[in-house]
Amino acid sequence: MTTENTNGNATGPKPETNHWLRMFLIWLVLALAADLLIWFVWYPHLPPGDMSDSAKHQQFDIAVLAVTGAPVVIAVLLYFVYSIIVWRARPGDDGDGAPIYGNNKVAAAWIIVTAAIVMWAFAFGTAELIGPAGAGAGEGPNPIWKLAGKTSSTWTPGSGDMLEVQVIGQQWAWTYRYPQFGGMESSELYLPLDTPVTFHVTSLDVIHSFWAYQLGVKADANPQVDNVAYTTPKQLGGFTVRCNELCGIWHGAMYNYGKVVSQNDFSNWAANVQSKEQGNGLLAALPAYSLTYDPTVLSQLTSSNNLNKVDGITGAAGYYYPPNDPVTP
Amino acid sequence: MSPGVTTNKGGDLVSVPARAAALLVAVAVVIGLGVFVAVYYIGSASSLPTVHFAAANGVVNVVLQEDPQNDSASKPDWVSYYVQDPNSKQWVHTTFFSIPASTKVNVTIYGYDGCTPLRNNFFSQVQGTEGDTVTVSQFNSKGKESLTNDTTSVINSWSDCNVGHTFAIPALGLYVPVASPNADDSANNLCSSSPCTPTFTDDGKTEHNPYALETFSFNAPTHAGVFRWQCFVPCGGGYLDGNSGPMQNFGYMMGNMDVVAS
Repeated sequence: MTTENTNGNATGPKPETNHWLRMFLIWLVLALAADLLIWFVWYPHLPPGDMSDSAKHQQFDIAVLAVTGAPVVIAVLLYFVYSIIVWRARPGDDGDGAPIYGNNKVAAAWIIVTAAIVMWAFAFGTAELIGPAGAGAGEGPNPIWKLAGKTSSTWTPGSGDMLEVQVIGQQWAWTYRYPQFGGMESSELYLPLDTPVTFHVTSLDVIHSFWAYQLGVKADANPQVDNVAYTTPKQLGGFTVRCNELCGIWHGAMYNYGKVVSQNDFSNWAANVQSKEQGNGLLAALPAYSLTYDPTVLSQLTSSNNLNKVDGITGAAGYYYPPNDPVTP
Repeated sequence: MSPGVTTNKGGDLVSVPARAAALLVAVAVVIGLGVFVAVYYIGSASSLPTVHFAAANGVVNVVLQEDPQNDSASKPDWVSYYVQDPNSKQWVHTTFFSIPASTKVNVTIYGYDGCTPLRNNFFSQVQGTEGDTVTVSQFNSKGKESLTNDTTSVINSWSDCNVGHTFAIPALGLYVPVASPNADDSANNLCSSSPCTPTFTDDGKTEHNPYALETFSFNAPTHAGVFRWQCFVPCGGGYLDGNSGPMQNFGYMMGNMDVVAS
């Protein structure tokens, strides 16, 4: 490289500075420092934590991608800052910069490096999606990547059986049904430790999104759709359930709390709720357990009990307002 | 550039102060619009009166009624809750009320609206009240009780036509199905002028609108805060699936319970 005077004429050979080498060395130090900080300092505190296997995988994924991305970000910013400092216009320098006609080495390196990074992200992301059975995300009614575990119509502590939990969204509350406990329903989400869990997420009205934040589980709740997601809780304690899909004016208030308890405590809790709901008649009042529900079909509203449909009893005639009721009664 | 056009420093047609002023005006307009929208909506929400309930010996008595309509000028055909002022005993068209913290709250709800099934019959179960129960009486058009002080933990909204709405405070785990009047009594005979008036006439002759009377108790939070309450029955007639309109507006089927430090 040569230097130029203000008229653009070369002033003669000078000791050439190897800018690439200088930038590379600076980049190496900064990238190494950043990656070490990310891995050893930031990683343990990254969301969503490690309360479940899916959350742990997500935390790992974020850390790996951060470690991959940090050197790229540093390279771009370093080149930017280096250029500003080293190649800035000096006082009295009104000349244009030297024309650039292309550099095949730089272009090839750029294409190869970026392609390698993208391919690595693709391979890593795919592996991390398949390995932890969908990584806690909703996979639709027919999951491709299923969590290993025995399925059974009942669940007992220590059996290793998968626990089935149905998540039901409606404006603006979550409720949970446990088919292995007689289809009992609760406004609290209890889960047993070290147990593979299958969530069946659905909605009774509009689109919601079930987000058990600390468990790393997020699945859309669509009306008449069974959206399946998996996880295995690995730590005792509480977690938050939020709606993650704008679902109406009180979307922001659509949250409640769940709890991961020991397998014996879970079994006792579930049996108590089932017993209570059997005793007070709620279980008989609930519709038969199903992966989806059509809320306009009331199993107990039969022709022999058509009193509810008589006009004049109420604005909705004892039944639902039709889906697109155009007229305010 | 055309000859004769005067340029400012830097070759721009508009001076730096003029550009800065234009930028400031644009920012001010955007901020002003934001403030206007916020104030408009917050102001409209806070225009509803709040009924304050005081405690006596650690007990608060809250009295509500739910009607098939209301006496507002803008949305008279929306189903609506009313709150009874504890001092004047007048019914106030609002869904804002306040109670002291760390008190026992006795709630009385007069149910004048007819039945509508719940989307999720799980909310037929009483949760979060004292004993997880409510006590229900139903009065017919003669003022006589067709159901007397029935203490129950489930009012099945599907098998019988007897749930009008719900009173639920999700943050407290409080879910209460609110009984409707007896279906036979209320057919074509619902209260049609709000606020409806409870009657205790028992002469067997006087015609009245039937209603249900429901009572329950729950413990107020120990800390101050605003707790949203709502109805889970899809009772918004005229709206998609009955889920909008009065279901999503303060002053009708949703409101705030303001818990104040005692």
